This record gives sequence, C-alpha cells and structure tokens, in this order.
Amino acid sequence: MTDITRLTVAEALNSLKNKEFSAVELTEQYIKNMEAGRKYNAYITECADVAIKQAEEADKRYAAGTNRALEGIPLGIKDLFCTKDIRTTAASHILDNFVPPYESTVTQHLLNDGAVFLGKLNLDEFAMGGSNETSYFGPVINPWSKDKNLVPGGSSGGSAAAVAAHMCAAATGTDTGGSIREPAAFCGITGIKPTYGRCSRWGIVAFASSLDQAGPIAQDVRDCALLLRSMSGFDAKDSTSCDIAVPDYENFMNGDIRGLTIGLPKEYRPEGLNPEIAAYWDKATEYLKARGANVKEISLPHTKYALATYYVLAPAEASSNLARYDGIRYGFRANGEHLDDLYINTRTQGFGAEVKRRIMIGTYVLSAGYYDAYFLKAQKMRRLIHNDFLEAFKQCDVILTPTSPITAFPIGDESMLQNPINMYLNDVFTVSVNLAGLPALSLPIGLSANGLPYGMQLIGKPFDEGTLFNVAAKLEADAKFERI
Amino acid sequence: MAIDNHTVKRIAFLSRLKVEDAKIESTKEEFNKILAWIEELNEIDTENVEPLIAVNDTTLRVREDVVSDGNYKDDILKNAPSAEYDYFAVPKVVE
Repeated sequence: MTDITRLTVAEALNSLKNKEFSAVELTEQYIKNMEAGRKYNAYITECADVAIKQAEEADKRYAAGTNRALEGIPLGIKDLFCTKDIRTTAASHILDNFVPPYESTVTQHLLNDGAVFLGKLNLDEFAMGGSNETSYFGPVINPWSKDKNLVPGGSSGGSAAAVAAHMCAAATGTDTGGSIREPAAFCGITGIKPTYGRCSRWGIVAFASSLDQAGPIAQDVRDCALLLRSMSGFDAKDSTSCDIAVPDYENFMNGDIRGLTIGLPKEYRPEGLNPEIAAYWDKATEYLKARGANVKEISLPHTKYALATYYVLAPAEASSNLARYDGIRYGFRANGEHLDDLYINTRTQGFGAEVKRRIMIGTYVLSAGYYDAYFLKAQKMRRLIHNDFLEAFKQCDVILTPTSPITAFPIGDESMLQNPINMYLNDVFTVSVNLAGLPALSLPIGLSANGLPYGMQLIGKPFDEGTLFNVAAKLEADAKFERI
Repeated sequence: MAIDNHTVKRIAFLSRLKVEDAKIESTKEEFNKILAWIEELNEIDTENVEPLIAVNDTTLRVREDVVSDGNYKDDILKNAPSAEYDYFAVPKVVE
C-alpha cells in the first residue's frame, strides 16, 4: 500500500470519503511519522492521545454521513495558537507551563470543520526570528538538510518542517514579517498570509498586533485554499477582524489568467541579486506570460525603507504586548523580594536574548523624547509604503517577487548570529506586505545548484486571495516542483 | 542619536529587564548599530504625511452594553503561579 501520509489534504479527504482508509488509520500513520521525525525537533508538544480520540469521532461522522469540510485531517498547530487544555508555550520559558482554558478562534474553526490536532509546533520565541533558532525548545532542523543541519526558516519553522517531512497533513502558521512565507520557501512547500483582518487574531499569542495574521502552511496551493477557507471569517472578539464574506478559494484555481497583469517591482531586483533566484523569477514570469498574462514593470519606491520601518514598529508593538508577562497571572515566576524585583527577575529569566533585545528597542522608540523621532516617523513611513502598493495596484492585478533572496542556511551561521541586522535582512521581500496588510502566498519554484528550494511570492490586492490562488495554481502546474 | 550606558540601564528598567553590568557596553553597541540603521528613515521627508496606524480603515464596532462573558474564576486562577483566597498572590507590597 502507498504511504498515505504523502497524500495532500484534498486527496486524503477523497480517500476518507471513499472509505479507502479510516481517519484513525491516517492519524496513526502521522503519529508514527511524528515520532520517527523527533530528530527535526518540529513539535514542542505531541498530543497523540487527543488526536486518536478526534480521529475516532471523525470516523463516526464518516459512517453517519455527517462529515465536515476537514473531517479527520491530521494537522499540526503552531504553538502560538491557544488550544484549550493543551499547553501553549510560544516557544518561551516564560509560558512553558501555560495551559490555556480557551481555544483560539482560528483553531476552533478548524475543530468545527472536523480537523484532528497532532500537536503543537516549534517556532521562534514569540514568533520573533527568521530561523527558528530563538526557540527556548531549541532549533528545528530543515528536512532538506544534507551534510549540515539547516534552518527551516522562521518563525513558523516547526510548521514548515513538519509539513515538508509529512509529520502532519498541513499546519497553521502566523506571519508578522514573513513568518509563514519564508519557512514555506526554505522547506519547499506552500503558505499564504491572508489580508490583515481575514483571520481572527483572538487567542493567538500577540507579537505585533497591527501586523500579525494567521494562515496555513501546506503541501500545495489547493490545500492552502482548503485550510484558509476554514481558518478565515469575521470574529467579534477581534476588533480588527473584517466582516467580509469568505469565498470558496478552491474555485479560483480553475480560473484563467489571460489578460491578468502581473507586476514586477524593479526595486526587488537590486544590483547583485542572487542570480539563481533572479533566473527563477524570470522563468516564473515566462510561465505566466505563456498562459496569456501581461507583464508590467512597476515601482514600489519606498521598498528600501521597509525593513527599518518594520524594525521600529514591530518591536514597539511587541514591547507593549509583552508587558503582560509579569509572573503574576500565568506563566513562569521567579521570586523577588519586592514586586519590581519579581517582575524583573521573572522577565529576565523568562525571556530569551532576541525577545529581550526587541522589548528594549521597542521600549526605547516609544519612550519620552524619542517617540516622534522613531515611532511616529515609522508610522509615517508605513503610510508611504502602503501608498506605493495602492499606486502599483492601479497598474497590475498581482505582484510577483522572490520570497527570499537566499535558500536555507546552516544552523548557527556566524554572520547571522554576530549581527542581528544580517538576520533581519532576510525579510527584505516579505515585510512590506505586512506593513501594507496585503495577502501574499509563497510557493516553491525550483532548487538551487546545491539542491535547496527557492520560493516565489505572489502579492494581491486586499481581500483578493482568490486571484493569488488562481495565479499560484498555474505557476505550480508549470514549475512541477518535487516535494520531499 | 547614539545612546549611552545610562540610557541602556534606564531602558532596561522601563522594560523590567536586567542587563548585567558586564553586558551593558556590548548591549549599547548593539543598540547603536540598530539605531544607526534605522536612521536611514530620515532620508525621506515625512513632514506632511499622515501616520498609518491601522491598515483597515474601519471604525470600531459598538455593541449592546450587556454582560456577555465572565464567571470563569477557577479557569482564570488555574495558571496563576500563586493564588490565595481566590486572588492572585504577590509579595508583600505595603510594609
């Protein structure tokens, strides 16, 4: 019998409906892969027992003919989503004993559609990082690693590694500056960050609230469409959630791209862009042209400033959001003689180096005397970056860029560790999208000379995820990328 | 705008974090590197630009002023590192 964990979500759903195997059988196979794949360190918490119970319930539903949209599909959940009665750590020591008494809206949607949860996936601490190396639970290993252990990208590194290595059928991720798209690219799979406001942020551990969005990481474009439909939708519990109907994204995949205009931002092609990714970018452009799309060079003039803008705004919001970790109401507590000592000891011992760095930078840019020079300045720059996209979308329907200028790099890379800015620069193609609140999808396009995946990014107009699925389906069919 | 050792200590306290004395110098250098990089934003004149606070220009929704949630005392206290008499417990604050 073929390995049923190689099936996509769409294929597995078909087989489950046709009673080719049961949800319990499927879940048991994924649990085996999860256990055999512990060397990747993708899971922080495994929930095999809960998963089997959920799968038994799914099989009853199939027998009764009351099966729902994702009935019996074993998923991995990024450990940033609060899951009722299942430990949720945000990959931080400060939350390593936290068991939420409630379920996040996004994971509740998935449960309502019959999904099975295999466990909680590793990430950068509080989603702050681009390599999954800041996790309190240690780095995740990219399943594409050969002689050296490579990073899976971050912050949703456990999600991307688990999907790539078939340790779950698909996974949830979150994306504040590229945290779904970059790991998807590094691990040769597909991920989408929807429009800001599409998925409720309620119950997701907050990093930078004006930028954070949840989204799926999956084997292919169709699976992302299936998952995103389930995860999306208005939620009164998130004041920035948008009350806009969620379409059946899968339908868009059958669309035609003739006459669609693809924008290529010239600022994303600086002198010295890695020639391999530049060549794949050209190839992707040719694929779309051959299917009748028009191609147009566009300009996003403030691109150069997006990273610096992001690294003011995101730490500022983080310093405010993470003020809640004080050792009083939940999480880790270190003792102190006085209340302030307790706070300081708890936070100093509870947070890792990168989180502390961002809290302090954020505190500084928000502090009296510096607020206008840094925080307000960055909010104004954000307007200019947002306006760049508004102008660009007057001339095109979708924007095509690389996801990352590089492929996965080795764990413990010296240049990344010595200077945090070198790590931040990997987000160069992804952060603008978060600043502008736009939807963007990453899919694998091909391998580097040394056999590592590159990703291409498609950026859409607000709430036009459908066009991304349409174009991505065509690129996927033409690129014929072979997953692990 | 480079920062000095005193500012590092002040920011650490505002953040309720402790930076070991031996690490103040290296923290300062690292911060100054990041701040110098952020300075590039000053290349652009933003005098007449409206700050962007939220990408969705929706107004906040209002709802009926009724109790719609609550009564989870036990759930709320379940994760507390220390709780007494149905309250969160902290070290003595008033002598």
